[in-house]
Amino acid sequence: MTYHEMMVKPMREEVTRSGVKELRSVAEVDAALGPGEGTVMVFVNSVCGCAAGGARPALALALQHGVRPQHLYTVFAGQDLDATARARSYLADYQPSSPSVALLRDGEVVHFVHRHMIEGRPPAMLAADLIAAFDKYCAAEGVQDSVSGAGD
Amino acid sequence: MVFHPGHEELHGVTVVVRGRSGRSWVGRYHERTERGILLLDVAIHDPATAPMDRDSWLERLRKFGIKVDSKHVVIPESEATQIELLQPSQA
Repeated sequence: MTYHEMMVKPMREEVTRSGVKELRSVAEVDAALGPGEGTVMVFVNSVCGCAAGGARPALALALQHGVRPQHLYTVFAGQDLDATARARSYLADYQPSSPSVALLRDGEVVHFVHRHMIEGRPPAMLAADLIAAFDKYCAAEGVQDSVSGAGD
Repeated sequence: MVFHPGHEELHGVTVVVRGRSGRSWVGRYHERTERGILLLDVAIHDPATAPMDRDSWLERLRKFGIKVDSKHVVIPESEATQIELLQPSQA
């Protein structure tokens, strides 16, 4: 059962205001993830407390870092069901989890933050993990000033 | 720190439960009831039938996430010998 859109709208905006593009249909997911090029972050949003108190604030912190993936996307688990299922089909053997964060490079998952890695952990700690992954996998692209995603 | 105020300390947290039978369960802790420990979205390891040993199963689960075998499981108190948080992979 999905929640009323009015209730989840702030949860969506909390992510998209950081420059993350929301993917709400299968077609949008395929257009974004199909090419399988460069570094891509997929943030699986959720209505749960882990997302509100941990994952979304952590994401906002992490995306202030100078090094970021080239493409930033989000899907909303439990709300945009088809888009979320389609996005998960690009994540190989990784089990569905929400909230969660996947970092892909040239179509391969190189870093994955599962829900159990988010539970009860403060945003600063989660952000540090994401930043470390960005530095490890995204620095070569030099994406400090050329992030695409929102507005594509 | 209680993750969910008003609930038990482990409520909503992913735990590993080791059983006297040798079986293990990984899932979200919900609550203790008179029937036992209720876990949600549970992966189950039974050494009698599993294709890999417990440690390998846990390591794979840490990396790839929890493949749900059962939406909910009640583990009798008499069966549960150890409950611990699912720690991140060391790899």
